[in-house]
Amino acid sequence: MTSLLIKGASLLGTTTADVLVEDGVIRFVGRASGDEGIETPDTTVDADGLVLLPGLVDLHTHLREPGREDAETVRTGSAAAAAGGYTSVLAMANTNPVTDTAEAAERVYDLGRAAGLVDVQPVGAVTKGLEGHELAELGLMARSRAQVRVFSDDGKCVGDARVMRRALEYVKAFGGVISQHSQDPSLAPHASCCHEGPISGELGLPGWPGVAEEVIVARDVMLARHTGSRVHVAHVSTAGSVEVVRWAKSQAEKDGHWQVTAEVTPHHLLLTTDLLRGYDPTFKVNPPLRPQEDVEALRTALADGTIDAVATDHAPHARHDKEHAFVDAAFGMLGLETALSVVATVMGERMDWSRIAEVMSVNPARIAGLDAHGRAIAVGEPANLALIDPSASYVVDRDASLSLSRNNPWHGRTVTGQVVGTWLRGQRTFGS
Amino acid sequence: MKKHLLSIDDVTADDIAALFETAAEMHDVQRREVKKLPALRGRTVINLFFEDSTRTRSSFEIAGKWLSADVINLSAKGSSTSKGESLRDTVLTVTAMGIDGLVMRHSASGAAHQVAQWLDIPVINAGDGTHEHPTQALLDAYTLVRHLGSLEGKHVAIIGDLTHSRVFRSNIKSLAKLGARVTVVAPPTLMPSGVGPWSAEAGFATSYDLDGVLAGDNGPVDAVMMLRVQKERMSGGYFPTAREYTVGYGLTRGRLAMLQPGTPILHPGPMNRGLEISPDAADAADSLILDQVSAGVAVRMAVLYHLLAGEEAVQ
Repeated sequence: MTSLLIKGASLLGTTTADVLVEDGVIRFVGRASGDEGIETPDTTVDADGLVLLPGLVDLHTHLREPGREDAETVRTGSAAAAAGGYTSVLAMANTNPVTDTAEAAERVYDLGRAAGLVDVQPVGAVTKGLEGHELAELGLMARSRAQVRVFSDDGKCVGDARVMRRALEYVKAFGGVISQHSQDPSLAPHASCCHEGPISGELGLPGWPGVAEEVIVARDVMLARHTGSRVHVAHVSTAGSVEVVRWAKSQAEKDGHWQVTAEVTPHHLLLTTDLLRGYDPTFKVNPPLRPQEDVEALRTALADGTIDAVATDHAPHARHDKEHAFVDAAFGMLGLETALSVVATVMGERMDWSRIAEVMSVNPARIAGLDAHGRAIAVGEPANLALIDPSASYVVDRDASLSLSRNNPWHGRTVTGQVVGTWLRGQRTFGS
Repeated sequence: MKKHLLSIDDVTADDIAALFETAAEMHDVQRREVKKLPALRGRTVINLFFEDSTRTRSSFEIAGKWLSADVINLSAKGSSTSKGESLRDTVLTVTAMGIDGLVMRHSASGAAHQVAQWLDIPVINAGDGTHEHPTQALLDAYTLVRHLGSLEGKHVAIIGDLTHSRVFRSNIKSLAKLGARVTVVAPPTLMPSGVGPWSAEAGFATSYDLDGVLAGDNGPVDAVMMLRVQKERMSGGYFPTAREYTVGYGLTRGRLAMLQPGTPILHPGPMNRGLEISPDAADAADSLILDQVSAGVAVRMAVLYHLLAGEEAVQ
């Protein structure tokens, strides 16, 4: 039996308590008086002044393995996740080969368990090869050891309404959800790399208009209602999408037989399209960085619950894939290690720690169907925990990253709220 | 003057005046029997073109040669990303041969800007995607100044495919620096995105109505600059047919008659005769299209001289 005592942490930023963990399970929560049978724990962590949260859950991570192990592996991505306070991440399907079979899903699942730093939960592709035409083996992936529940062609939009309809219908059999990358391919074709507006006009970059996202979000919520299914809107980036989601949630609540959920990335909560003026591909991401009005709408929507979750869209890339001309460079930026700090910095005045725990742990775990994550810090629960120093400010240094990649848009920025420890089933996965 | 010429943002009105003064001297050299000046002897310039070009590349080549620089043309089209080489590796490889200046064209907006951050030598942007083409704007302004005198308070109309035009994006800045007023004209589908806030900030006017602009709705027009319209834009649904475009936005014989005599007509080339410009306009007495070409060499000589000869020589 191994035991761990986290002493004097502020649970979710509210009550201060000691938390005793034995064999990966929380056995005691309260002020230890000495009579609880805690003889001498194997490890004691002094958490005075620190905040204890349930381990974070990322609905949207790119781990690049198999296929691009030079950019990230399941192991390095897991280490970066643990450093960010995560205890579970959903690994997107756009690897090479694509996660569109049970075997591919089990492979990612097993690599995650072998690394042992976070529970890596594979996302299955919606369509074979992410090509948007034929459904992937959704049921076999669901029945596999990996028990896939979230399906996404992320990186690409399921553009065909009929395919999207069938996918939404089909996953009802096993409680699945379709996470959609909302990008109408004719309104925003692949070359589109800059929010369409005055800056794309001035810079002469192919524009990616907000409406290309909004028309797909609108279509998909209607399809979810029609099919009585669950749709999850990945990386919402515009005020218009927020309005559609807000309306759809009100309808779904009345109807009761379908569901829409939504996520936002840390970068869309802070960074704006103005950063593209220097043509630095570090800031090239899909969906693109939007203007301040959209950023404000996303913050409001996260605070008021219209947006359920923060998801990183952690997208590592080898340096040489970013050292092309802007339109030719790869899309994506790192996010796992910095997500909590960015959210705490940006949203700290509008959300307390228990709300942050909801959007970064509880809700994502519920959306993904992960029963062992996003739980209360209470007796009998698995000890998946993140310990935060809420007052620590630090300057992000891309070279200090545990990721294999360096496409870090936060480099040089000062953020407040630092992860100092992470435990997965009582085992320390980050911090010392 | 700044080290690089990536955008018209890199030059001040004073820089432009200095460049024009040098260009005028260079222009005189063009008319000599022996055209070579020794100014850049022993220096090597590479014209690195990732995108096809005949006139701009030849213009830079002649400009460099008349200044006695060694000029090497390198066509890199399809040779980098298609082979998997990054842009950074391509330019570092080329410049490692030991060169003094890089003239670069690329189909991607911002490419010259990115490259300049990786190199120690001056980089001259010879056109980057749909972003900027600063030497074209300088030669356009030089040509106009020679015909109109000062551009202060003059009204220039720029007409055509603005969305895809780097010439427009550079000209809007250079004309503003020289005190000109600009009205840009295009169908709504070929107006750049976000042109409303942008034009308000940059101080130019926009219109969908070419006849109204030429009739003086926005003040008398002192010069017209036609932009090339690529026929392939029709497949993108930007306008229905060539004939409809011409009726709405071409400088037709009828519109030519609306101009005051002596109003300069410019076009950066290559022209689509019969589409955006009628032969009557292209060959009119007031057409400065060939003057632009000869001015192009003089202006590029001035740019190469100012950026490569060293400050002492230029003084």
